[in-house]
Amino acid sequence: MGSFFHRHPRFTPYLLLAPGVLWLALFFLIPLVFLAYQSLQSGSYPDFEFTWEFSNFTDAVSDYHEQFFRSFLYAGIATIACLLLAYPLVYWIAFRAGPWRNLFLLFIVAPFFVTYLVRTLAWLNILSSEGPVVGLLRGIHILDEDGQLLYSTFAVISGITYNFFPFMALPLYVSLEQLDHRTLEAAKDLYASSTQTFLRVTLPLSAPGIVAGTLLTFIPAAGDFINAALLGTPRHTMIGNVIQAKYLESLDYPTAASLSFILMGAILVALLIYARAVGSEKLTG
Amino acid sequence: MRFVKRHVLTAYALLAVAYLLLPIAVVIMFSFNAPKGRFNYVWQGFTLDYWINWNSMFGLQDAVITSIQVGLLATLVATALGTMIALAIVRHHFVGRSATNLLVFLPMSTPEIVLGASLLALFLNTSAIFQLGFWTIFIAHVMFIVSFIVVTVKARLIGFDRHLEEAAMDLGATELTTFRKVTFPLIAPAMLAAALLGFALSIDDFVITYLNAGGTQTFPLLVWGAARVSVPPNVNVVASAIFLVAIAIGLGNVFWEYRKARRPQGA
Repeated sequence: MGSFFHRHPRFTPYLLLAPGVLWLALFFLIPLVFLAYQSLQSGSYPDFEFTWEFSNFTDAVSDYHEQFFRSFLYAGIATIACLLLAYPLVYWIAFRAGPWRNLFLLFIVAPFFVTYLVRTLAWLNILSSEGPVVGLLRGIHILDEDGQLLYSTFAVISGITYNFFPFMALPLYVSLEQLDHRTLEAAKDLYASSTQTFLRVTLPLSAPGIVAGTLLTFIPAAGDFINAALLGTPRHTMIGNVIQAKYLESLDYPTAASLSFILMGAILVALLIYARAVGSEKLTG
Repeated sequence: MRFVKRHVLTAYALLAVAYLLLPIAVVIMFSFNAPKGRFNYVWQGFTLDYWINWNSMFGLQDAVITSIQVGLLATLVATALGTMIALAIVRHHFVGRSATNLLVFLPMSTPEIVLGASLLALFLNTSAIFQLGFWTIFIAHVMFIVSFIVVTVKARLIGFDRHLEEAAMDLGATELTTFRKVTFPLIAPAMLAAALLGFALSIDDFVITYLNAGGTQTFPLLVWGAARVSVPPNVNVVASAIFLVAIAIGLGNVFWEYRKARRPQGA
């Protein structure tokens, strides 16, 4: 085998790639083709027929534009909340935590070690109307006597924010950690106040982390359905809920497939707009 | 003023960490609860029953075993495939390199629901070959883990000193021996880290698994089913156990890095 590589070094990379690329082609790319095929079918379960049914797409948009809008709204708010919550924490870890850095990084990823569904269910305990949080908020009259936190827009967005927080925090940390401290000293030497230093040096230099974190948070958040299902009501349904229900409950595969495509397309469009806004060189790193 | 600002930030950091850890504490705490009704949402009283008889919930033991089996198998295969892709991308210049990079990047930037839905579309249309169950879950997990493995191993390979391998070859080692004796030991830590990440992703996955599981139950699927009817503390016990194992590995790593950092250079 060694001698084969010696005689044909050009083939080595392809041999290394073959199994993995084949797997991704078979179970990632080709399934997208099947998804496209399914999205253009008509009929009802189990007799679907391929009829170039483009009306699936227009019907999907007109029937579910509300859920699409909600998904992007919730994901957008959660992404901004993650950024605002994560930035000061990560800044502190990168510049002030000293020997505790790695321990605090472990705290950031700790939620990932608890099964997603279980940690979402934990918010049911925390926000429960019989729990201490609601009790306290009622006590100080932020909430009405019978006010509740669960099964609300607030609960769903909080759940998404919590669940995707590490996706924002980790890339932010990487960009702040790599930041050249001499640039900060230079700013100080040039009599910049600490606010100016932050706004004109630290923040722009951490932009790649902000961009990466935003993408890593927004994309899964927009497709999420667990938070809406567990912490919300049918009035908080996101597009992910519709897709999974169409696939597994009403067995309406063509609609589910076209909704999946529209979601992917919408995210792509959002990415392009975002890339435009921040400059594409920052997007690719 | 500076002093105050510094401590405001520290206080915030501690609060933020408390926010991140609060639900974890709740999960662990409610594994010791003795709920009166079907739901385990309100604290009633302390018991060790659910830790002692953790498998008293119907289907839980089987689901946990399935999750571990899928996780180990998928991680093993994905780590092998992903490491090879990483080696090819970092070490070689070849036609289609950027296309390969894109192919690896795409699954990570596609929402899980779309990954799951498209795989289901494939399986439904080829039901003569693929019956939904253990193996379709395995296929799905390898597919979405591979990219994360590639990224993790790639990061390590980029800082790798190729002279070591050239030295081995100059001394007469074949490519295979060089790989076994030089390359592999050097990238093994990265492969291990990647494998741990892969296993964590696999054992936690709900969305893709849910769409492609057929009648097979994994731990997250069992929790989903239970969430609508009743979630007994057994679920918290298993989740706490998974967490404690993971955090032990994490803390071990933190401690190791800390000692490494304190050790004088070159020792």
